[in-house]
Amino acid sequence: MRKRLAPIAAALFVTAILPAMAATQLTGAGSTFDYPFFSKAFYDYSKSHGDVQVNYQSIGSGGGIAQFTQRTVDFGATDVPMNAGEVKAAEASGGPVLQVPVALGGESIVYNVPGVASGLHLTSGLLAGIFLGKITSWNDPQIAKLNGGMKLPNTPIVVVHRSDGSGTTYIFTDYLSAISAEWKTKVGTGKSVMWIAASAIGGKGNEGVAGQVNNNPGAIGYVELAYAIQNKMSQATLQNAAGKYISDAPGGVRAAAAAKPDVSATSFSIVNMKCATCYPIAGYSWVVVYQNPQDKGKGKVLQQILTWLSGGDAQKIAGGLDYVPLPENIQSLARNTLAKMHV
Amino acid sequence: MPRREDMKNRNYAAIAAADRVFLLVVYAAAGLFVLLVAMLFVELVHGSWPSIVAFKFKFLWTSEWNPVTGQFGALPLIYGTLVTSLIAIVLAGFVGILAAAYLAEFAPGWIARPLGFVIELLAAVPSVVFGLWGLFVLAPFVRTVLGPFLQKTLGFLPLFQGSISGVGMLTAGLILALMVLPTVTAISREVIVAIGSDLREASMSLGATKWETVARVVIPASRVGIFGAIVLALGRALGETIATTMVIGNRPEIAASLFAPSYTLASVIANEFTEANGTVYISALVELGLLLFIVSFLVNAMARLLLWAVLREKS
Repeated sequence: MRKRLAPIAAALFVTAILPAMAATQLTGAGSTFDYPFFSKAFYDYSKSHGDVQVNYQSIGSGGGIAQFTQRTVDFGATDVPMNAGEVKAAEASGGPVLQVPVALGGESIVYNVPGVASGLHLTSGLLAGIFLGKITSWNDPQIAKLNGGMKLPNTPIVVVHRSDGSGTTYIFTDYLSAISAEWKTKVGTGKSVMWIAASAIGGKGNEGVAGQVNNNPGAIGYVELAYAIQNKMSQATLQNAAGKYISDAPGGVRAAAAAKPDVSATSFSIVNMKCATCYPIAGYSWVVVYQNPQDKGKGKVLQQILTWLSGGDAQKIAGGLDYVPLPENIQSLARNTLAKMHV
Repeated sequence: MPRREDMKNRNYAAIAAADRVFLLVVYAAAGLFVLLVAMLFVELVHGSWPSIVAFKFKFLWTSEWNPVTGQFGALPLIYGTLVTSLIAIVLAGFVGILAAAYLAEFAPGWIARPLGFVIELLAAVPSVVFGLWGLFVLAPFVRTVLGPFLQKTLGFLPLFQGSISGVGMLTAGLILALMVLPTVTAISREVIVAIGSDLREASMSLGATKWETVARVVIPASRVGIFGAIVLALGRALGETIATTMVIGNRPEIAASLFAPSYTLASVIANEFTEANGTVYISALVELGLLLFIVSFLVNAMARLLLWAVLREKS
């Protein structure tokens, strides 16, 4: 009996226990926006670096920051950089914090207007008017004038928004605040805000917003660009701060990011950028790490993998998943920030 | 049955001690619930303290829920919770009791058994599935068929006026009704079956028909148990989260129309807790949990008071 078990035990040891001893296990938690990119990228990384495994839990940015602050994870990921108060709490727990942009995305305005499958154009003023609840019907003269020749129905506009707190809502309301003083004072910017349009309804997640938009003739809402592309939703063509209409949204998001090479955790907004090709609604997702990791060996591996993650090869993976790859200047910004880690 | 010689040789002191231990265990098991509820309450009050201090009773009767400015009032959320649960309990109570009466009194065994199984199966469907079905099937149905129909026939009532977007209190109430229906039906059926046949036979022997016996004798005799089933179902309806969130429209507003979007206590917590930051915001969300706890308690207490009053009047 013992003889027969010995090879099995040896095999178990080799397959299960040895690699576990040799491998570096890193854990991260946070943004759900990053999850598809991270899981694909870390999986690919483990294939070429068999000794590194990353376990990422997409529990939401808020939860990611909380776990990072309590140091139960090696890194956190958040759609909005940690604010001064959050950084202070984290510094009290683990020393100086580095915040690094790793993923870039845009947002689409999706709509369901009977008879208008594509080609709807909107200015920033019209978009603000719609979300403020001032423009309430699709055949409003201002929309009709801009979309000359388009047959717009007499359908009431239904504003659809995210009901769950999200970075997507933050970036969208940041944009509305940038283009409309009225929005800024009446509503403001946040992951959850008080929607004032009389027709507003909330859906949970991108899929909830998409569901409500598809179900309701006359609906308009915002979803992640990748989600709109993958689900082939009708997207409005938006006017940017330079007055140009941007039909290549991913290219425009990249241009907007490149137009702010000194982006940082305290000055991170890239909505409503002023270049001619810039797409107006864009934003980064950030990874947060401690500058002085307690376990230097683990810190070294973390530095390597995050440097890879924000570099060209991994960003190509992101592009394949309909994220927007980081422009070169932001890649080097991320690389330089991560080089400050003491490992 | 112990044998006689065993009974003779019993050590009564040891048995008495064992009895006491048993009693203690039973008390502890029951006491555990009281302890759990008490700890839950204490923890909720503790967690919501910053919000209680900041807003006091204003939290209960103001309507603004604004995370940006840090103003939190829960009135529309309480309203939405109560209205959706009320719709659910009225519909599920009505259908559930009738179905239970059929299963217990009229259906032959070959129908009652598989039907009972189907009802239990319905109870096992996860709420997210109900929610998705509600979003993609029921909401469009309400918007295109049920809503316009109600508006045409009962549109003179404020309950059925205004625009119909498909998501709102009515749709949420319908989904909740479906979700609590198995609870009402299964328990009511057990209760009706448990009514002794002497009552039925007495009623029939006086010349009552089967229908009269069920409606006037059996169901009134089992009303306490049926009531218990409804209270249990109400608890589930008040606290249901995911399914409600997906079909209610998530809008903190008090509207008379059942077609209007609304919001419930549990939905706000589910939506906003993961990304909430700041002490007051988080504790306001915890206070919603405390409110849900208190609302459930009050509704339960009122229901029992009502039952007590009805029973006393009858006797």
